[in-house]
Amino acid sequence: MKPAPFVHHSPRALDEAVAVLAEVGHDGKVLAGGQSLIPVLNMRLAQPAHLVDINRVAGLDTVTVTDTHVRVGAIVRHAQLEKHDEAYAVLPLLRQALRNVAHPAIRNRGTTVGSIAHADAAGEMPSVAVVTDAVIEAVGPRGRREIAAGEFFEGPLQTVLEADELVEAVRFGRLAPGTRTTFVESARRHGDYALAGLGLAVDVEGAGADAVVRSARASYVSVTDIPVVVDLTDAVAGQPVSSPDWSAVEDLVQAAIAPEADIHASSDYRRALAAELTRRALTSLTTETIESTGGAA
Amino acid sequence: MTTRQFGSPVLRKEDPRLVTGNGRYLDDLGHTAYEVAFVRSPHAHARIVDIDVDGALEVDGVVAVFTHEDLDGPAADRLPLLIPHPSIVAGRTGHALAKEDVNHVGEAVVMVVARDRYLAEDAAQRIVVTYEPLRPVVGIATSRDGDDLVHDDAPGNVAAHLLQEVGNVEVAMATAPHTLTLDLEIERSACMPMEGKGVLAHWDSDEQRMRIHSSTQTSTGVRAAVAAKLQLPLAQVECIAPDVGGGFGVKIMHPWPEEVLIPWAARRLDHDVKWTEDRREHFTSSAHERGQLQQVTVGFDDDGRLLALDVRFWHDNGAYLPYGVIVPIITATQLLGPYKPQNYRVEFWSLYTNTVLVTPYRGAGRPQGCFAMERTMDAIAAELGLDRTEVRSRNFIQPEEMPYDQGLLFQDGRPLKYDSGDFPASLAKLKALVGWDDFTAYREQAEAEGRKVGLGIGCYVEGTGVGPYEGGHVHVETSGRVNVATGLTTQGQGHQTILAQIVADELGVSIEDVYVTTGDTRRMPYAVGTFASRGAVMSGNAVALAARAVRAKALRIAADALEVSEADLQIEEGTISVKGAPHASIALSTVAVMSNPLRYAFDESAKAATQFAGAFDPDKPPVADEDEPGLEGKDFYSPTQATFANGMHAAIVETDPVTAEIRILRYCVIHDCGTVVNPMIVEGQVHGGVAQGVGGALYERMAYDETGQLLNASFMDFLIPYASEVPHIETDHLETPSPLNPLGIKGAGEAGTIPVSAVIASAIEDAEGFPIRSMPISPTELWDLRRQHARTNQETA
Repeated sequence: MKPAPFVHHSPRALDEAVAVLAEVGHDGKVLAGGQSLIPVLNMRLAQPAHLVDINRVAGLDTVTVTDTHVRVGAIVRHAQLEKHDEAYAVLPLLRQALRNVAHPAIRNRGTTVGSIAHADAAGEMPSVAVVTDAVIEAVGPRGRREIAAGEFFEGPLQTVLEADELVEAVRFGRLAPGTRTTFVESARRHGDYALAGLGLAVDVEGAGADAVVRSARASYVSVTDIPVVVDLTDAVAGQPVSSPDWSAVEDLVQAAIAPEADIHASSDYRRALAAELTRRALTSLTTETIESTGGAA
Repeated sequence: MTTRQFGSPVLRKEDPRLVTGNGRYLDDLGHTAYEVAFVRSPHAHARIVDIDVDGALEVDGVVAVFTHEDLDGPAADRLPLLIPHPSIVAGRTGHALAKEDVNHVGEAVVMVVARDRYLAEDAAQRIVVTYEPLRPVVGIATSRDGDDLVHDDAPGNVAAHLLQEVGNVEVAMATAPHTLTLDLEIERSACMPMEGKGVLAHWDSDEQRMRIHSSTQTSTGVRAAVAAKLQLPLAQVECIAPDVGGGFGVKIMHPWPEEVLIPWAARRLDHDVKWTEDRREHFTSSAHERGQLQQVTVGFDDDGRLLALDVRFWHDNGAYLPYGVIVPIITATQLLGPYKPQNYRVEFWSLYTNTVLVTPYRGAGRPQGCFAMERTMDAIAAELGLDRTEVRSRNFIQPEEMPYDQGLLFQDGRPLKYDSGDFPASLAKLKALVGWDDFTAYREQAEAEGRKVGLGIGCYVEGTGVGPYEGGHVHVETSGRVNVATGLTTQGQGHQTILAQIVADELGVSIEDVYVTTGDTRRMPYAVGTFASRGAVMSGNAVALAARAVRAKALRIAADALEVSEADLQIEEGTISVKGAPHASIALSTVAVMSNPLRYAFDESAKAATQFAGAFDPDKPPVADEDEPGLEGKDFYSPTQATFANGMHAAIVETDPVTAEIRILRYCVIHDCGTVVNPMIVEGQVHGGVAQGVGGALYERMAYDETGQLLNASFMDFLIPYASEVPHIETDHLETPSPLNPLGIKGAGEAGTIPVSAVIASAIEDAEGFPIRSMPISPTELWDLRRQHARTNQETA
């Protein structure tokens, strides 16, 4: 379990990184937190000749909160974003999801943007990206381009990113004021990749006992090829928060996902689990004291 | 007064060194050694057609590439069948490097030696082995069918077949008022020590000596095996187990192919050579355990008393049988637990499959046996509508029946005779601890909240501390430092501490002055190894006996010097004094000086022992007849039979009514390992054992596909429970000392692991209301079982 030989590039500036990647991208990989890439290299499942290590590139380590989004730089660690109070105040889903990303040691090193670029459908942050209508900021030898999260993922571990492009930052969209969010998942062991999980955003209209659900959107982990948003609105709109009936949700969820079986769970089980988790997430968001997005920043 | 160390929760002497990163594990040694990578078989079953190593030889930094053709002498022969047994009908072992065929994924085929491991792996990748795939035999049922064979000359894939019977099962079964038959299954798991295997060999061509460091549980075993395989005089081979990062059984197997190959290559290349196993190698080329199919038929009376027990099981021994049939023999014998079945027949078949070989893993066949017996107990209780503890209680061997001979031969070839234990007392303690009698109310309350909970129980007896022997050597230096050596090895259990406790008490010295060495053949060439929960029993008693010899000698010398009777002397804190007259004293260190008459004064204290230093009796030789110089002693402990520890566990689990997730709410342990040397260490052993048991019950399995590929050969997919999955463990002890050894000790190392699958199955069954016959169990499987039972209920309704 030692990697094959590679050339290690350690650019200090973004344009330098872009230049190196332009040269070696066809046979190179971008190294950020390394939590997925290094094991893959050690097991020789991939043998890129070049690693473009962006850990020392200036300016990629910041989280910026604006009126419309939370912008996360390419080498912001999961832990840094998780603990970012301002980001949490405007988009609690980030922290809610990040708490489910592996273990603290991994979150200290792994990057949120890296996890999105890696495009593992079992990853939490790709799912958050789609449900928040995030924008992926890519940069390459042909300049910058912005890609909507919904168009970024092509398949398991596949994105529309070109070999000579890297992701400079991801802008997570802020949700409408009053939107309630949660992130739930079920894993075999604490911190493992989930058997199923989801990020959920629910809008409620009215207040107190009269409140009813206006809309709900969910994005799933581990039960779809690529992270997709499932609009649950048809199944939940108008449900009174005080005594909701989620029976229509299950069919909608089960129709929208196509879990693969693996050694940890059957496809049927994952499907049922995803539906149940959705029901529980809806219940917790509507009946319990919840964390909701703040108003204007 | 010297504080008695024995029985105290003395902090572990080894921990400051280990937890500050100053341990010396195998890969910390041999900085200048060449390193090795192996090309291993990607096929479960294939013939080797061709091996092309040319590409590897082009890699800069490669030193040598070896295949089986390069091996010579006994190193080229098959590896030994370590524990022969009359039941073995086709004992097959592998070669150090595959010769003509491969029988499991991961079998070593080519050995690459290079300047470092990176280069060795680069080169290994360029080697092209051409295989002719053969039909793989995977799974016990497939092997049992015998349509395809692992070894052409092992018909039916049967490696061994054994039947033992006590009483007359056929007659008793025929007349029993009730009978039940259970089909049971346990899957594979594995030891998974944090540190894998590893070997470093140093060949001294000047002195023609081989020094081996191996991450092993038996340095004497490795030493003897390497001497035989390399045709070296035993005196020219030494083996040292450095700090070993866990073993749990897999490192008692020896010699592993690498333990032969690395020394062989070191001699061939006249250079230090090292191999450090990586995790993927450990999954596919070390050993697994546990896989069995079982069928139990039981006859019992209206009160649930056993009248006849008839057990047949099929044991998966993997591709080869180097460790013999120890695991299935233990299953067959230890299955009986604390019960007396009156009439018992057990028959097993040990079967070859094209998978990683099977050798003992903590518990070593007992978890399977306990599972069979305890599932049976629960089934009897369910059939008769009796409380599960009542059925067990009615079948217990009673304390006044000890010693109790089960009438079978145990794994050491000696009678399965329980030496001690008080099972009714253990059960009473367990019921009180878990609140057995209050559970109905708890369950009703949980049900009212929409929750499903269940209570489970499991009892076991564990033969521990098997022979043949271990030795102890105790040496008091003139500084007062006490060196203790025993030959068995340590893998983190705390031997440095408990052996020091024992010696400190026996000798009357401070524990800080006692330094324990384990597993170094230079210090103790006669030893067996660490397995079968035998460390404290065997080496504990051996070092106690050795310390007693040293004490006797010290008292004799001191009595002479102080001109008093030995009987009037005591030793406390390293000082020998006259009882009641503490000013009349002499330090043990001084006695050590006096014990070794000297010509040369190499330091201040040595002066006292030189030939002109004082008065002496000119008629006596400086060293008395039948005496030896030095204050040291050696002794061996060799018991007539194993000691039998026992325990009972109970658990409360909750199963999610929708998702079938399984949570252990409480886990309670009553444990009897006789006299406890260090309660903190025993608790730690129990906790670690339960943690591994939880892994085996709910998380771990070896997921082979039908072609013999292991699908989860990494810690990402082989699920060892984290701290977050292991429940808080509540323990209570019962001490029924063993009458068999001077210290009254019974083993504790494996105890925690043994009943966990039985206990969790019992609890899930109790929560769900349908039988659990196969372990481990995961949420997806429980979810499937629920649907099956719902369908069955619908059909029968």
